[in-house]
Amino acid sequence: MIRAHGVYAVVVGCGRLGLYLASALSESGCSVVVIDIDGSRFRELGAGFSGFTIEGDAVELATLEQSKPEKADIFIATTGSDSVNLMASQIARSIYRVKKVATRIYDPALEPLCRRADLLPISTVTSAAGSVLQALGLQE
Amino acid sequence: MNITIVGGGVLAYFISRSLGEKGHRITVINRDPAECTQLARRLKATVVSGNATHPAVLEDAGVRRQHAVIAITSHDEENLLICQLASGMFGVRRVLAMVNDPRSEELFHTLGIPETFSVTTILSSLIEQRASFDSIINLFPAANGALEVAEVLVPDDAPCVGRTLGSLALPASTLIAAILRGADEIVPNGKTTLAAGDRMLVVTRHDSFAEVMTYLTGGVEWTVRQPTRR
Repeated sequence: MIRAHGVYAVVVGCGRLGLYLASALSESGCSVVVIDIDGSRFRELGAGFSGFTIEGDAVELATLEQSKPEKADIFIATTGSDSVNLMASQIARSIYRVKKVATRIYDPALEPLCRRADLLPISTVTSAAGSVLQALGLQE
Repeated sequence: MNITIVGGGVLAYFISRSLGEKGHRITVINRDPAECTQLARRLKATVVSGNATHPAVLEDAGVRRQHAVIAITSHDEENLLICQLASGMFGVRRVLAMVNDPRSEELFHTLGIPETFSVTTILSSLIEQRASFDSIINLFPAANGALEVAEVLVPDDAPCVGRTLGSLALPASTLIAAILRGADEIVPNGKTTLAAGDRMLVVTRHDSFAEVMTYLTGGVEWTVRQPTRR
């Protein structure tokens, strides 16, 4: 159960993770804006999605501004590029002062940089590895 | 100095070459293996093939021993991350980032990268300084390109405002054939005084065009060559 009613969320990237998060957040009553450089990705958003979409490059200030990040409660960067996620997230955190910024990273070595920039690193590799070890009963 | 340059294309090549010729030890990091082979043949530099946004690649390339890292890829997010890693994680003293989106320069400074340059900003300010392009409303060649006929707006701050045509030091082969002032068309003579907002019909030789435009519009010396017409 997602508790997100009345929350304003900006989701960068409309790939599998972005799509899942945007739909789930929207269905739970969250106001959602999704940004992706490829507008055709938005077709995947189901009928349950009642948010807004912006086609554009999320690291271009002109694009990011359209999502009104200054009003966002949460900001999630989910694209397939670590550098795009890190730059968009840092803009959200440092310039627009979004309280909670989650940043997907593929390279676990980037976690320290995330923490220094006050971002919540979502390390795909680390969490998948943790799940594997847990499923195999090798980790609590 | 040990300098690492991250990027590709002619920019990375020529910057590496010119810094190398000045005696610096250059490392180039480029993610395209084929381009790396080319660069290694043409440059006296260490060439590393890899994605420099991965800390492991930077470390393998010896970034800890570098005095400076210059990130000049065509992606701002990569240049930002490379510079943040080099200075924050590996302690490189000087990092320099190319910023493609001119609006992002200030952003880089806020995010801890104080030294940036924007090719777009540099080029557009150069062009604005050198040529008052805005003043040239219409331009067409005549006499097989030997002559230029231009409709030129007299800007408010042009040095020719308030002067008579006879007092202007124009090249001998130049003629101000007509002046459009509001709804009036004036056929000028040497005693006609120019006013701000006048539109002049200027006929000049192709080879003195730049000089005439600079003189009339008050732009800084215009050295951009007009393409030669035949």
